[in-house]
Amino acid sequence: MATDPLHQFRIEQIVPLHLAGHDVSFTNSSFYMVVAAVLVTALLTVGTAARALVPGRLQSVAELLYEFVAGIVRDNAGAEARPYFPLVFSVFAFVLFGNMIGMIPGTFTFTSHIIVTFALAAMVFVFVTIVAVIRHGFHFFSFFLPPGAPLALAPLLVLIEVISYLMRPVSLSIRLFANMMAGHTMLKVFAGFTITMIGALGAVGWLAGAVPVAINVALIGFEIMVAFLQAYVFTVLTCLYIRDAIELH
Amino acid sequence: MVNPRLMVWLKGLAAAAVLTVALGGTPSFARSGEEATHAEPGVEQETGVHDEKGLPQLNAKTFPSQIFWLALTFGTLYLLVAKVGLPRVGAVLEAREAKISGDLDKATQLKAETDAIVAAYEKAVAEARASAHKLLNETAVAADAAAAQRTADVAAGLAAKQKDAEARIEGQKQTALANVRAVAAEAAAAAVIKLAGVEPDQAGVDGAVDAALKERA
Repeated sequence: MATDPLHQFRIEQIVPLHLAGHDVSFTNSSFYMVVAAVLVTALLTVGTAARALVPGRLQSVAELLYEFVAGIVRDNAGAEARPYFPLVFSVFAFVLFGNMIGMIPGTFTFTSHIIVTFALAAMVFVFVTIVAVIRHGFHFFSFFLPPGAPLALAPLLVLIEVISYLMRPVSLSIRLFANMMAGHTMLKVFAGFTITMIGALGAVGWLAGAVPVAINVALIGFEIMVAFLQAYVFTVLTCLYIRDAIELH
Repeated sequence: MVNPRLMVWLKGLAAAAVLTVALGGTPSFARSGEEATHAEPGVEQETGVHDEKGLPQLNAKTFPSQIFWLALTFGTLYLLVAKVGLPRVGAVLEAREAKISGDLDKATQLKAETDAIVAAYEKAVAEARASAHKLLNETAVAADAAAAQRTADVAAGLAAKQKDAEARIEGQKQTALANVRAVAAEAAAAAVIKLAGVEPDQAGVDGAVDAALKERA
């Protein structure tokens, strides 16, 4: 059981809870969501408690995070996207902390569940669509016909554009979920090799078992990069969608 | 630009929409979830010992809980970040920006003041130097004139004295010459008496002396 690489993704109930006939129990997933939200909030508030002109360590991290996300929004969504900065920041911080907390052995990675990433992506999708409709009204639907396209091709193009638009939340959520799940599964599989070798080969197994451990050391470094990169990619794509909503074409 | 308060509303609306869609029923996920449940009926929460068959990610029974807590934690995080966290960090960054630009402005102002003072100082030095130069020139010219005047006076005085002295010397020379004539005449008469024993007449002696003097002169 311990060597089942998928065991780590199991949702374990902590506090049973039911709401309107649905099971909304507080689980290990919920716990780490709360942890992520608390850590992000703590970083921003405790970090800036001193309001120092010359920042300390924690304040530097908070400022770095702020300016990093502000840079992403400015570069990818434009200056007009400034009002949406808090949302983009929340998305980035939540996903990044979720991914990074998951890198600590024994924790649960809530971003490795498709339903979580899909809900986040769907929220972004709905939000972006509402922004676009509010800004451009009926004109928003011209988004689905690329400018300068021959009218004869319009039915086909509109169909393709609509499908690609609707696929946005799907690709956005699957990219994050698949990366996180694949990485964590791979780590577990290699760790499982070591346990199997030791069990089957005895003394030789201890020696041979060091090889997967060495691979895992490298993989963990790689996975930390992936954890950051996927949060970054999710955020950049969110910003690009916001830019589309603002500029249409 | 869209009203920020409106955006908060929209965000809430979006979250509610997601929640409703997900809770209302997601047929494709539900089906795969059913398969998972059929394979291992209803044990996931009771014991936690049984190994679930299939991916835990596709167990639709856990979806409501995950979506509920995601909406709750992410919504709360968004509100805290938007209302408390980001304004605080932004204020710190702005304060630093203001402090730095304020210091730069002050430095620029102080530099301008310093430059003005340096310029005034240099102007004063140049003026003082010019007036000193002028004074020096005037003084030198006046001193030169006074020196020339005094040189001329002294030269004139010396010339007059020299003339007087020359006149006096000439007078004394004439007197001395006259005395020489008388002495010479006496000496000649005495010599004639001694040599010849004859007293010469005065006129003859004078004539001889004159002739001798004339030869000498």
